[in-house]
Amino acid sequence: MALSISELEQEIAEEFDLFEDQMEKYEYLIDVGKKLAPLPVQYLTDDYLVKGCQSKVWLHAYHQDGRMYYEADSNTAITKGIIALLIRVLSGQKTQDILDCPLGFIDRINLRAHLSSQRSNGLSAMVQKMKAYAAAYHQ
Amino acid sequence: MNDSIRAQFPILHQTVKGRPLIYLDNAATSQKPLAVIQAIDDYYRQYNSNIHRGAHHLAQMATEQYEAARQTVADHINASVREINFVRGTTEAVNLVANAYGRKFIQAGDEIIVSEMEHHSNIVPWQMLCEEKGATLRVIPITDSGELVQEAYLAMLSPKTKLVAVAHTSNALGTIHPVKEMIAAAHAVGAVVFIDGAQALPHTSIDVQDLDCDFLGFSGHKVFAGTGIGVLYGKAALLEQMNPYMGGGEMIKTVSFRGTTYNDLPYKFEAGTPHIEGGISLGAALKYVQSIGLPVIAAYENELLQYATQAIQAVPGIQLVGTAAQKASVLSFLIGGIHPYDVGVLLNEQGIAIRTGHHCCQPLMERFGIEGTCRASFAFYNTRAEVDVLVQALQRAVKILS
Ligand SMILES: Cc1ncc(COP(=O)(O)O)c(C=O)c1O
Repeated sequence: MALSISELEQEIAEEFDLFEDQMEKYEYLIDVGKKLAPLPVQYLTDDYLVKGCQSKVWLHAYHQDGRMYYEADSNTAITKGIIALLIRVLSGQKTQDILDCPLGFIDRINLRAHLSSQRSNGLSAMVQKMKAYAAAYHQ
Repeated sequence: MNDSIRAQFPILHQTVKGRPLIYLDNAATSQKPLAVIQAIDDYYRQYNSNIHRGAHHLAQMATEQYEAARQTVADHINASVREINFVRGTTEAVNLVANAYGRKFIQAGDEIIVSEMEHHSNIVPWQMLCEEKGATLRVIPITDSGELVQEAYLAMLSPKTKLVAVAHTSNALGTIHPVKEMIAAAHAVGAVVFIDGAQALPHTSIDVQDLDCDFLGFSGHKVFAGTGIGVLYGKAALLEQMNPYMGGGEMIKTVSFRGTTYNDLPYKFEAGTPHIEGGISLGAALKYVQSIGLPVIAAYENELLQYATQAIQAVPGIQLVGTAAQKASVLSFLIGGIHPYDVGVLLNEQGIAIRTGHHCCQPLMERFGIEGTCRASFAFYNTRAEVDVLVQALQRAVKILS
């Protein structure tokens, strides 16, 4: 039985709770990013670009049996970590669930103070784009 | 000298992310000494009033203080008060010259020269002007170490050259350009010169008569005053010939539907109620800088820059961007293949403020084939101890990121 979005969010929040030091959280986030499955090179083009101010994300999505699947890459390590977390939570979920979820874990892992206030990493642009893909395939 | 100076800057005494703040983003904006904060506070507590109009006590005080600040600015750069126009900052200074001088005097076929290293604010207004007038924008190339190629500049100058606009000091790399020689060369072909002094005023003395620049713009907030105030210096003879920039109150002598006459310098370019406490804060800031002494500041910062340039070599993969012989206290760098944004976030997490990105110099970044850099920029309140912490923090960031 695959985990639901909120169960996965809970799982991630607990992993991050293991670290008290913010630097260690970032270290973990960056490691998560390093392990992200590579994005096939044909998607590393402007057509798949989600732009933040300094960091770039290339995002590809496809739909199978009512579920969304995401693949992505980024030019910055921290953004890649964030996108890896988003993919872990959202990839393989039903379109309706993706559209409905508030993604509260970003607050809970306590990196939000930095992540969301930075226009430059394009966090909200990433989430919006992932939801937009789900909306496009939703019927 | 440092403890007594740091005591003058209350903002420095705080912790960020549980560590003492290390502020190394001085090229973006400087912090404010008590003298400046006090001057702004005094203005609002004691004599806030509109200037140049009311005959009442407060209006007189405010006018006197505002005009005293203008005198301080004039003395600071060796100009006369008629030549000191208060503007919002460097950006407005450039736009004022491009509009009030450029639109009157630049014609189709003329050439305007800028450098590849300019801040966007010293590029875009000239581009707009050239587009409107059918003039050509020419660009001085730079060397790998981040210096202007002087031979190329000299070769570019011709009777077609009508205006040269260059920075005294680069915000992105810290390079100090030989502007005095460049100005003389421009004058030899009859061109006027605008100097972007945004990064010069915080670090060095500027004497507009010695430089013989025609215009100089700078921002108060980078030289320890408040935001939203800056200066356009212009030679009186040029300012006299220029059209007004904005119409409104203050800049007029008489208004009538039969025709309006404009006020004398420097009020001709100051339409509307000005940034009164901003001007006053700038006067206070320059007096503060004078009280320490620019030669003392320049010597201290240069020593700190040398120290930092050496110390940062301990960071694996470090690569300095901009290694000119003459530099203000700016260190622009890259570390291996690490994206500057990642470095910035991990330094912030350790209480250190630097700037990452293109620093409003996209053509410069393009020249180096990079997207951006990390930039640590130092003021005279920064210390060697802070440089040491920066280096350790960078080492920790690199470990995590590689
Ligand atoms: C060299 C240079 N020119 C121009 C500017 C623009 O100054 P301001 O934004 O204060 O108008 C800056 C500041 O960022 C600068 O560093």
